[in-house]
Amino acid sequence: MIRCIRRAAAFCLLLLVALLVNAARIQLFEASSLDDNPANRRNTIARYDQARGDILVGDEPVTGSEDTGEQLAHERTYRHGPLYAPVTGYASQTYGTSLLENAEDDVLNGTASVLAPLPLWGDITRSRQPGGNVVTTVKASVQRAAYEGLAGRRGAAVALDPATGAILALVSSPSYDPQRLSGTGPSVTGAWAELNAAASRPMLNRAIRQTYPPGSAFKIVTAAAALDAGVVTDPDAATDTPSPYVLPGTTTTLPDEARGCEEASLAEAIRVSCNTVMAHLGVQVGLDGMLEAAGRFGFNDDGLRIPSGVSRSNFDSDMSDDQLAQSSIGQFDTTATPLQMAMVASAVANGGELRRPHLVDRITDHDGRTVRREGSDEYREAMEPSTARQLQRMMVDVVENGTGTRAAIDGVRVGGKTGTAQHGVDNTGTPYAWFISWAQDPGSGDPAVAVAVVVEDAAAKRADVSGGGNAAPIARAVMEAALGGAE
Amino acid sequence: MTATTADARPPELRLPKRRGVELSLLTGAVIISVYGYTAVGLARSGAVPPDVLGYGAGLGLLSLLAHLAVRFRAPYADPLLLPIAVLLNGLGLVLIYRLDLETPKDQAATTQLVWSTLGVAFFIAVVVLLRDHRVLQRYAYLSVATALVLMIVPIFFPAVNGAKIWIRAGGLSFQPGEFAKILLAVFFAAYLAANRNALAYTGRRIWKLQLPTGRVLGPIVAIWLISVGVLVLERDLGTSLLFFGLFVIMLYVATGRTGWIAVGLLLAAAGAFVVGSFEPHVHSRVEDWLNPFATIEAGQGPSQLAQSLFAFAAGGMLGTGLGLGHSVLIGFAAKSDFILATAGEELGLAGLTAVFLLYALLVARGYRAGLALRDPFGRLLAVGLASILALQVFVIAGGVTGLIPLTGMAMPFLAQGGSSVVTNWIIVALLIRVSDVARTPRPGQAEGDVIAPVVEEDAPDPGRLGGAGR
Repeated sequence: MIRCIRRAAAFCLLLLVALLVNAARIQLFEASSLDDNPANRRNTIARYDQARGDILVGDEPVTGSEDTGEQLAHERTYRHGPLYAPVTGYASQTYGTSLLENAEDDVLNGTASVLAPLPLWGDITRSRQPGGNVVTTVKASVQRAAYEGLAGRRGAAVALDPATGAILALVSSPSYDPQRLSGTGPSVTGAWAELNAAASRPMLNRAIRQTYPPGSAFKIVTAAAALDAGVVTDPDAATDTPSPYVLPGTTTTLPDEARGCEEASLAEAIRVSCNTVMAHLGVQVGLDGMLEAAGRFGFNDDGLRIPSGVSRSNFDSDMSDDQLAQSSIGQFDTTATPLQMAMVASAVANGGELRRPHLVDRITDHDGRTVRREGSDEYREAMEPSTARQLQRMMVDVVENGTGTRAAIDGVRVGGKTGTAQHGVDNTGTPYAWFISWAQDPGSGDPAVAVAVVVEDAAAKRADVSGGGNAAPIARAVMEAALGGAE
Repeated sequence: MTATTADARPPELRLPKRRGVELSLLTGAVIISVYGYTAVGLARSGAVPPDVLGYGAGLGLLSLLAHLAVRFRAPYADPLLLPIAVLLNGLGLVLIYRLDLETPKDQAATTQLVWSTLGVAFFIAVVVLLRDHRVLQRYAYLSVATALVLMIVPIFFPAVNGAKIWIRAGGLSFQPGEFAKILLAVFFAAYLAANRNALAYTGRRIWKLQLPTGRVLGPIVAIWLISVGVLVLERDLGTSLLFFGLFVIMLYVATGRTGWIAVGLLLAAAGAFVVGSFEPHVHSRVEDWLNPFATIEAGQGPSQLAQSLFAFAAGGMLGTGLGLGHSVLIGFAAKSDFILATAGEELGLAGLTAVFLLYALLVARGYRAGLALRDPFGRLLAVGLASILALQVFVIAGGVTGLIPLTGMAMPFLAQGGSSVVTNWIIVALLIRVSDVARTPRPGQAEGDVIAPVVEEDAPDPGRLGGAGR
């Protein structure tokens, strides 16, 4: 019996060893893969254990953090949620993050190495600092002017500082309150489902994630290409363009809505928005020249980040001449984000030099000390300085004597370009109304703001839609706000 | 050999009783528990819990009373048993209190404290009233009858979480199957002690297995089959596995026939395969064991076992610290079946190893008492009780760490569960009793607390005598 008891005891010892070996396997050798399993909520809990850093507009935080006392302790709150939703995006415990909340997540949640006092050590220990803050370039008054100008109509508005590329306003309309997505539970899932199902697509960031045919607003790009390529040497000289214009290689005629486009000069074609002249100039510049010119403004760049990713604006690289002609007036497959068109205006305003658009001014730590500052980088040389000066004059003429008179501001030099973009099957959709512009205070040497506005107003009567009528007043309000704030 | 003949001992002979050691170990156990309780409070709210003194005083008082009972009624008992039980019970209370903080609607620590008090009361009662474990031998058949009644009664009560193993009366509920463990161990020990020679040396021999006659083997196999059958009906698979293991170990120890182990393993494998394949409840648990992350891949979220593995992984080597883990994510049964996950997460592999070693020490001390005893019933009882603890710890710890399929069972002393705590205290009381007998010096014996087994009173080793009868 003694021997059997000893053997039974040895058996129990074997069981103990099996338990210990297995525990060591899980707790030491498989621990990291188990920790990183997406279904393991521990990382999420740690993430929400501390307050998230804030996103600031000027000195004012537009976000906040609320301790709910639940398992995922801190929920995101938003001040003026719908106004800044296209800037901040959402930070949802259920659906993750978007836009700035996403692009600067590591700063806001405190894991960014710039926040750690000892960055290398911080990377190794994966330690979490108090959340840092993201100070945006947005100016509250400009943002509000754009938001109120759109007044809930579908569309977008972007304002840039041409000299730095700082984004002063980024509005998409209609908007939504990201706070509805902050927490967990049925109210959040319900809001998510409702926002996604809404026909107006409030969560779509139309300013940077939606592309539209730019229509006549694109003529600025074509004009820059023609001047830079030497196709036009004197903007006031007559061109040999008939009206209507027969698209090369086809029997299709391109009409003008404006009068006086027959053999009109480039300046006149910009002022009253002649299709025929600009289409013809595009063909004269040629596909390669047009492609290169559009590219210098940022078309076909799918890597642009502000720091959220910006959708690629398109100018086709393989077209026949008739397609090139249509593309040169912003139709056919040419599409652009509102940000892209604001960059076009900005390049003209800044003497041909295009600064990289950016939304983040600086990153500060929890105590407000700046730990990283965004530079004002050159993005591209969009055109010759002389070309830019000529285009500025032509755009001023649009506002003073042409299609864009409703953007005029007393005592301020304003340049603009309207666009009314056809779209839909056989162009049956209600056109998109575009306006791109810039404004320069009399006292200052350089334009202070460049703006692009697009309104896709399905409710409006088709014939009433025009860039000058629908979009220009919004652009004027935005420019006034920008100039007012500068004083 | 018996307590009455001990009077003949020369009075000048002083033997070590180790009661002082027990008292200091008990003090240590209470201090560690209070420290854990304080650590939880500091981690969770930055303050010492207001009732920490009450908790410490309560645990200390219970320990002191239990110690006094042992000191005066079982002076030669193993000094490790009681401190280990107090430490495990205290740690269990800390873990349950800690999990209570996460589940405000489901408070269990106070109830557990009441049951622990009741358990210690039973412990004292057993130590005081049971002067000699051999008395139990007389009640073998009463034990088994009571055990069967206790196991059958829950069938008439509604199922809780799929298992009909509870009796609910008033606000209380308890698992009679827990008590049945002890009663069955007593019966097995008594029956096997009485019939072990017949079991070992009579009957026909088939190949290497000496098959006892049906008259001898029949009753015990019948009892075992009824027990396991009832448990399967009640879907208490953990306990049926436990009874099976207990039966095989005790049969092996009683008869010395290795063949029984082989038969037992074969039967267990076959039974497990059949039940695992055809019983849907068990089948799903086997599936879950084979692939704990299947539900995650299916988009249904982590299973309890996956959550448990996450908890153990989060603990790593040193743990997150008491109160700082998230084992509450396991949800249902985090305080009972899965309480070890909290220990694993917050105390780490280091703490978990310590807990395992405490159990191992408890089991080893039980076996040691069995070795030192000279009456076959006492030996079998000690081995049986120690094996109950060992198997139970293995089945539940192996289950929650993914070593074997999960079966619902309570981690002795740690887990929330009144009947379990009370039962385990009675087991420790019985081990105290047998160890006291085992270590009480016999007349004429040399000083020393290790008592060498006395072979001449034992059965001849069947291996050496080639199966000859006595």
